[in-house]
Amino acid sequence: MALLDIEDVTRRFGDFVAVDGVSLSIEAGEFFTLLGPSGCGKTTLLRMVAGFDLPDGGRIVLDGQDLAGRPPEVRPVRTVFQSYALFPHMTVQGNVAFPLRMAKTPAAEAAAKIAEALADVRLTGFNHRFPHELSGGQRQRVAIARALVTHPAVLLLDEPLAALDAKLREEMQIELINMQKEIGITFVYVTHDQTEALALSHRIAVMNRGRVEQVDAPDRLYGLPRTRFVADFIGTCNLLTGPVMEASGGAVTIRVADLGPVRVGSEAQPALQSDGAIALRPEKIRIAAAGNGGTGGNRFAGKVTGLLYQGDVTVYMVRTEQGHALEALLANSASGLARFFEVGDAVELSWPADAGHFIDR
Amino acid sequence: MKDRIGKWLVSGPPLLYLIVFFAAPSLIMVLASFRSPGEFGGLAPLRDSAGHLDLNLESYARFFGEPLYWGIFLKSFWYALATTLICLVLAYPLAALIARSDKRHRDLLLLLVILPFWSNFLIRVYAWMIILGPNAALARTVNGVLALFGAEPVPLLFSAFAVLVCLVYVHLPFMVLPLYANLEKHDQTLLDAAQDLGANAWQRFWRITFPLSLPGVYAGAALVFIPAFGIFAIPDILGGPDDSLIGNVIKQQFLETRDWPFGSVLSIVLTLLALLLAALAAWVGRRSVGRLAGGDA
Amino acid sequence: MRKRPVSLWAAAIFAYAFLYLPLVIVVVYSFNDSRLNAEWVGFTLDWYRKLAENNEMLLAAGNSLMIAFVASLVSTVLGTMAGVAMYRYRLRLLPILVLTPIAIPEILMGVSLLIFFVMLNFTLGLVSVALAHIAFCIGFVAIVVRARLAGMDESLVEAARDCGATPWKAFAYVTLPLIMPGVIAGALMAFTLSIDDFVITFFTAGAGTVTLPLQIYSMIKIAVTPEVNAVSTLLMLLTLMLIVIASKVSPTLLRAD
Repeated sequence: MALLDIEDVTRRFGDFVAVDGVSLSIEAGEFFTLLGPSGCGKTTLLRMVAGFDLPDGGRIVLDGQDLAGRPPEVRPVRTVFQSYALFPHMTVQGNVAFPLRMAKTPAAEAAAKIAEALADVRLTGFNHRFPHELSGGQRQRVAIARALVTHPAVLLLDEPLAALDAKLREEMQIELINMQKEIGITFVYVTHDQTEALALSHRIAVMNRGRVEQVDAPDRLYGLPRTRFVADFIGTCNLLTGPVMEASGGAVTIRVADLGPVRVGSEAQPALQSDGAIALRPEKIRIAAAGNGGTGGNRFAGKVTGLLYQGDVTVYMVRTEQGHALEALLANSASGLARFFEVGDAVELSWPADAGHFIDR
Repeated sequence: MKDRIGKWLVSGPPLLYLIVFFAAPSLIMVLASFRSPGEFGGLAPLRDSAGHLDLNLESYARFFGEPLYWGIFLKSFWYALATTLICLVLAYPLAALIARSDKRHRDLLLLLVILPFWSNFLIRVYAWMIILGPNAALARTVNGVLALFGAEPVPLLFSAFAVLVCLVYVHLPFMVLPLYANLEKHDQTLLDAAQDLGANAWQRFWRITFPLSLPGVYAGAALVFIPAFGIFAIPDILGGPDDSLIGNVIKQQFLETRDWPFGSVLSIVLTLLALLLAALAAWVGRRSVGRLAGGDA
Repeated sequence: MRKRPVSLWAAAIFAYAFLYLPLVIVVVYSFNDSRLNAEWVGFTLDWYRKLAENNEMLLAAGNSLMIAFVASLVSTVLGTMAGVAMYRYRLRLLPILVLTPIAIPEILMGVSLLIFFVMLNFTLGLVSVALAHIAFCIGFVAIVVRARLAGMDESLVEAARDCGATPWKAFAYVTLPLIMPGVIAGALMAFTLSIDDFVITFFTAGAGTVTLPLQIYSMIKIAVTPEVNAVSTLLMLLTLMLIVIASKVSPTLLRAD
């Protein structure tokens, strides 16, 4: 049985539907992420789990108990706020001790729990500092310690790393993963940063306009996106669209304007002439000099119109003979067949049928 | 549900207090305006000897019938207007200077503007009694100069001039603060752009700074005009017999003539005018903010 | 640093001089060895001495302090409640009742309270003055407290509730300590307003009661002596101290205006 069940939850603000009949099952011990652009409803959903907002429809069930009607202070969930929300007039000790005070924990037990929480976030000895004396990363860790000190069933994190700079964010991401693994508490994490989501999570729910587009493990989200939105939102993607020409023998062919027929391996049986889409990741396209014949079912000639050197890889923008633009990725350390290309070079793009992924929505 | 209880628990006591000691007295004053004056002043009993409710419109009729009182309202209006305009002219450079100062100096400069406000009101009026007194330096200088030209000596004290100067003096901080609050938010780059496009200092002020500062101007004007409109202590202390404003007349009606119903009528008219002006200021302020903010508001 | 032309400086200095010169003159002449407030004769502390022996003045000062103490205490409690209520809840009546006394000319409150007390056969005296002061001080405290609340981080209250605090506990442990400087500043402001009030006190004090401003008023109207300067100077000193303390306690107090 799942630890946290969100059943058909809806939240409306006037005419605007922020969360539209969302259902999710989150397992105990999972690092579960709600991912989506601003306004997709992920933070609203999180706040409803925390109790700061009440759903207009549906239920939220934690450990078999319906949370309806229970105010935030009695729910066994803790939130790490985006702004950390540390009490400025209390020391680190005061902040971390606060939940224990509210629960009327006896002093000796409280002291032990505080020490344990601070050790977990590696801030032992910082007890008597005030929040304004700490760095951003330290404040964030105090916020986490305060949230963990009463061993809640679920920890809700609302874009906690958004305010940190890139280097610190990477460090904290690794720390968060390790922390979650060690302590074993269920994390429900909200972020708009898909690289962060892919790195941290066991499973991700991609949300858009109040609905869940897909719930899956990171690699399946990346490799097997089920909707065009997911394909586009996660990583970069060449989205090839067009009417379905053929669907048989474990493959689907669609005719893409300015490109031609594109074949993809798929068991789907879409109706002919219906609108189909293929998600094709740039790194799956093989780019070679013109004439250097490639393998695979899909081959198109084109010219390099632009390139983005990114250190470890280079992204090549290629325009095919008929005029369709495609992005291909090439690792710069590859030896052998690959050769660096310049703008204006004639190239050949190719990929096998199983490199793409068919989306029928 | 608990929230409803909390709401009443927190808002209840102050609400109750203000209903009893502000709303009720105001309503009673409205009622009083319909009653008759008592034999020895004050109010006549609510029920006359026959037991009937003694309510009438006599006091209102008197107010609308005698142009004298309208004239006093008008006089008060002009005084308040003059005060507001002079305050605006004086306060603007001050507010502008503070707004353009370094951050660390701003608080101090603001404090210096506000401090005189916190001294006792009467002290500030009294100070002008000293300055404008017949034996003080200022009066003697002015009259000395006038004597040179063969003109009669002019009393500075107990005159309209004294009343006006003191009105400006007392209300100046109220104009400075909202103006400052507005000017502080102005974007210097707008002025730089204007200068780049060829505008000189006066044009930059008149076409950019001043229009953008209008919400502050309106707020300050409201904060100065409305209290000045109902003032009585300043004309009472510094004014001559001709300088009675509506506040003085009201005081007179209540404490000397003791025609309370009539005094109430005057007060109600004053209140309505004050509220009208406040609403007008709020409406104009909102409109100008919307226009100036363009699409941002 | 922005450009500050000389003319701006000159106008501003003139304005500051205009603001302070009158008060300086009052203070200076309180030490002047002359009955007339006309020109400087010599230094003396006589007027202060006379003040100390002036029983009427001392009584008036005592009354003013008592009233101010009571008024500021009650109006701070009620004003804080009003400020919190106006911030948290969507109210219609309370904001009107709280803010109108501040918006309209003082004389209106004075006369309406006069009628009110007389109609209720309530004797005019210290109590009636205190009740009147509380009524208009509530608004000032409420504004200061509400501004302080608006500047507070909302998520702190949510965090407190998330940590297990009921709404009341969240208020007591988090909100109240954080707005306390505003509350204290509001109290000091109310105290100052009460001590300095003239117009409303004038109408609600009745015949036998005198407060410091009323005493100063009758001295100004009847017999002006530099004793008025002396008491004014002392009063200004007191007010100055209170306001400086208030702005130290709550640095944004004066900006919140």
